Amino acid sequence: MADLRSDFIGIKSPNPFWLASAPPTDKEYNVRRAFEAGWGGVVWKTLGAEGPPIVNVNGPRYGAVWGADRRLLGLNNIELITDRPLEVNLREIKQVKRDWPDRAMIISLMVPCDEESWKDILARIEDTGADGVELNFGCPHGMVERGMGSAVGQVPEYIEMVTRWVKQYSRMPCIVKLTPNVTSILPPAMAAHRGGADAVSLINTVKSITNVDLDHFSPFPMIDGKGSHGGYCGPAVKPIALNMVAEIARNPETRNLPISGIGGVTTWRDAAEFLALGAGNVQVCTAAMTYGFKIVQEMISGLSQYLDEKDMALSGLIGRAVPNFVEWQDLNLNYVTKARINPDACIGCGRCYAACEDTSHQAIAMKPGRVFEVIDAECVACNLCVNVCPVEDCITMEELPQGALDPRTGRRVAGYGNWTEHPNNPAAVKAAE
Amino acid sequence: MVRLLIRDGVWGEKRQLHGVQEWGKCPKTGQVRTKRGHSCLPKIYRLIKKIACGSLHGKGHCHWGCTLSNSPLTPGVVPGRLPAAVYRDNFADKEPALDRHEAHVAADRCYFCHDAPCITACPTSIDIPLFIRQIATGTPEAAARTIFQQNILGGMCARVCPTEQLCEEACVREAAEGKPVEIGRLQRFATDSLMAQGVHPFTRSAPTGKRVAVVGAGPAGLSAAHRLALHGHEVTLYDARPKAGGLNEYGIAAYKTPDDFAQAEVTWLLSIGGIRVETGRALGRDLSLDDLRSSFDAVFLGIGLSGVNALRAQGEGRSNVRDAVEFIAELRQAFDKSSLPIGRDVVVIGGGMTAVDAAVQSKLLGAETVTIVYRRTQDQMSASGYEQHHATSKGVRIITGAAPVQVLGNGAVEAVEFAYTAEEPDGLHLTPETFMLKADQVFKAIGQTLQGAPEALKLVGRKIAVTGAGRTSVPGVWAGGDCAAGGNDLTVTAVAEGRDAAEDIHATLMGTA
Repeated sequence: MADLRSDFIGIKSPNPFWLASAPPTDKEYNVRRAFEAGWGGVVWKTLGAEGPPIVNVNGPRYGAVWGADRRLLGLNNIELITDRPLEVNLREIKQVKRDWPDRAMIISLMVPCDEESWKDILARIEDTGADGVELNFGCPHGMVERGMGSAVGQVPEYIEMVTRWVKQYSRMPCIVKLTPNVTSILPPAMAAHRGGADAVSLINTVKSITNVDLDHFSPFPMIDGKGSHGGYCGPAVKPIALNMVAEIARNPETRNLPISGIGGVTTWRDAAEFLALGAGNVQVCTAAMTYGFKIVQEMISGLSQYLDEKDMALSGLIGRAVPNFVEWQDLNLNYVTKARINPDACIGCGRCYAACEDTSHQAIAMKPGRVFEVIDAECVACNLCVNVCPVEDCITMEELPQGALDPRTGRRVAGYGNWTEHPNNPAAVKAAE
Repeated sequence: MVRLLIRDGVWGEKRQLHGVQEWGKCPKTGQVRTKRGHSCLPKIYRLIKKIACGSLHGKGHCHWGCTLSNSPLTPGVVPGRLPAAVYRDNFADKEPALDRHEAHVAADRCYFCHDAPCITACPTSIDIPLFIRQIATGTPEAAARTIFQQNILGGMCARVCPTEQLCEEACVREAAEGKPVEIGRLQRFATDSLMAQGVHPFTRSAPTGKRVAVVGAGPAGLSAAHRLALHGHEVTLYDARPKAGGLNEYGIAAYKTPDDFAQAEVTWLLSIGGIRVETGRALGRDLSLDDLRSSFDAVFLGIGLSGVNALRAQGEGRSNVRDAVEFIAELRQAFDKSSLPIGRDVVVIGGGMTAVDAAVQSKLLGAETVTIVYRRTQDQMSASGYEQHHATSKGVRIITGAAPVQVLGNGAVEAVEFAYTAEEPDGLHLTPETFMLKADQVFKAIGQTLQGAPEALKLVGRKIAVTGAGRTSVPGVWAGGDCAAGGNDLTVTAVAEGRDAAEDIHATLMGTA
């Protein structure tokens, strides 16, 4: 059993699986259950400023996208930050942390964008015993209309400013939670870094409409015949999140900034992928909301088995794939592969043929008896046939060795060569004559 | 006949002699009792009851207070061997309909194959991947239209097609994992969805003024009639039996098409309009081909195979030796299955679907032992492996490689003597090795034959010779379904042949052939 103990910016937890700031962490009851189930830490649902608590809608808060058998692929929500009184939350946080000292307890915060508000809230949470704070600059719905959440996260100057305040008025480690609703994730991450953030966490939810009621002509979730955009999360957003995490992890200016990876983590494998792309730990929400807290047991056993099989420490996994995340122009254009269809595994559905014939390169021949064969002279190795084939490993991409003739181009496979030196590139760097 | 007497007698007795307010017929024994539990029956009823059921020994009581008179162990051919609830279960839907969620899950398994093998395997060439995708996207009505365009009896075919030999055998998931997409059940989901709305998906073209006679209201005839009516022709649909539907109504196992689906489907099909149904009109008896040819612009024959082959075994004439098709027809028409007499030891001779249907239903009616005996090897049985498995799972024993040589008994059958067979280069031979099977009822299911085909028609083998889309040797006369040469005696093939003949008739009548 691999050692999964995690130290994220000095915050220790028995494993790198935290629950993200969201409905599952809104109150003591849920958080206790989460800890009992084995979660390494929680980011308590976002607290707002003192005063009358915010209110939520009283109609549906969630929209969903389903796959086969109603598997929940994506969830969006229009729930706001905690709607419970501040002092109740603070009392419960303190109590739970006291009872579960080995678990990470982070408090998510969102208050108006002025120094006094931040100073005040930081003072209020001082004696809860929490391990750190997370600044919610991410929520894309509701609170943005009041100048908070992603309204802050979309303006790097604000991120930097608020982060500075937090570091000025609190000794706690500070995680800045970023919104993906930006053109590039780098300026917000850099701003957090400049402001002195100990870490960033990402992604928060993606501005979204999951579906439209075609009888009432309203977006979902529908409140009295109207809908508002929500924040999208769950397995569907994982690819977006992975990319943003990796962008920060490989950027020279931010590469040492710790990252808490969030976005569709559903299994140990998802978590391992985030870790490999540079996240120091992961936060989970939708998977827990879909299946309950017990999923963490699979995450623990799965990651542990994987690390054991690789004979790798948790720290050895973190960031391991980052060096291989390169720009397109650095890819080897002389790496030539051809699709190969294994006739023994082929079940004859013809999806590869339809995909290639209709939408790609006419590189698959359909022969009598529903035998499908790749035409090497046409195959550009796009991989679409592999992706549409319902049989795993039936179609594989076979590398042509150096020196072999590529029947498509009529040229022999050469050694490494990328776009920067390609003759078709007007800006190619020419070797010295 | 005895059964009818009981019912008539009881109705008469109750009203005239007793005037009992609360009464009911015991579903187990057929006895009529008051709800208070005391007998309201006159002596005459008890007498008839004895005649009908044989001796009254047995055990158990029903909620009417009757003694359960018969059991699977009761000797002879008697009704009411089982409690009422068991009959209900036995003859309920063999494969219940998919609900919406189940259908979506099942539909999601379809790979939407290119040039899908299932379409090729379907005799009516239904665009299966398309209709399944239409189910998956929440439009089962559109799916039903896709099905009905090719096969107007898609509802029945969804229930009775040997899909395991057709579309589902061809399904690539059968090759991949031995679990094909449940095409038959999905087809039923789609067709049921549309039919439940009571709408007909097609409208007729403008009247052509042409009149076509369709003889035989089975799958081929119904299919032809519908397609002809669709094209605007006036159709008269004749059938020798009291009800339309052919084998759908009289020939298929009851548990495959419960709730009177066959008649409901006929009614729904006819709602396209332009089809006049005349039942009780048989070719050769009430109709002649010459008359039809002179009074209609075209004739389609879908008369099926109404003759049955003889056993050619000594003693075949003993009582309680019957044709399986007749037994199945009677069973299908019986509202109350507990009223059907069945033997304790039933022997079914044959190897096709009729044999399986007769055997399984004998078991479901409460026979203690049911044995199918087929003269060739098991893999030569025309009943599919799936059907054979169904039979054995219901407790039917299948003996292959044996043929009957003698039916024994004193008046009624008591046993059948079989000889083992041997396949020789010059054909099948009986060996000297024999065995006996105890039997108080024997069903012959050794194939049906063409009967009453007009003499003018050229035959090939023992069926009506056809070329192209069902053209017979007589101009203006088409044929399809089981009576026509070629094909495989499946409902779905009959539907395809009826449809294709109708298209050819249409093209011929409109001068576009």
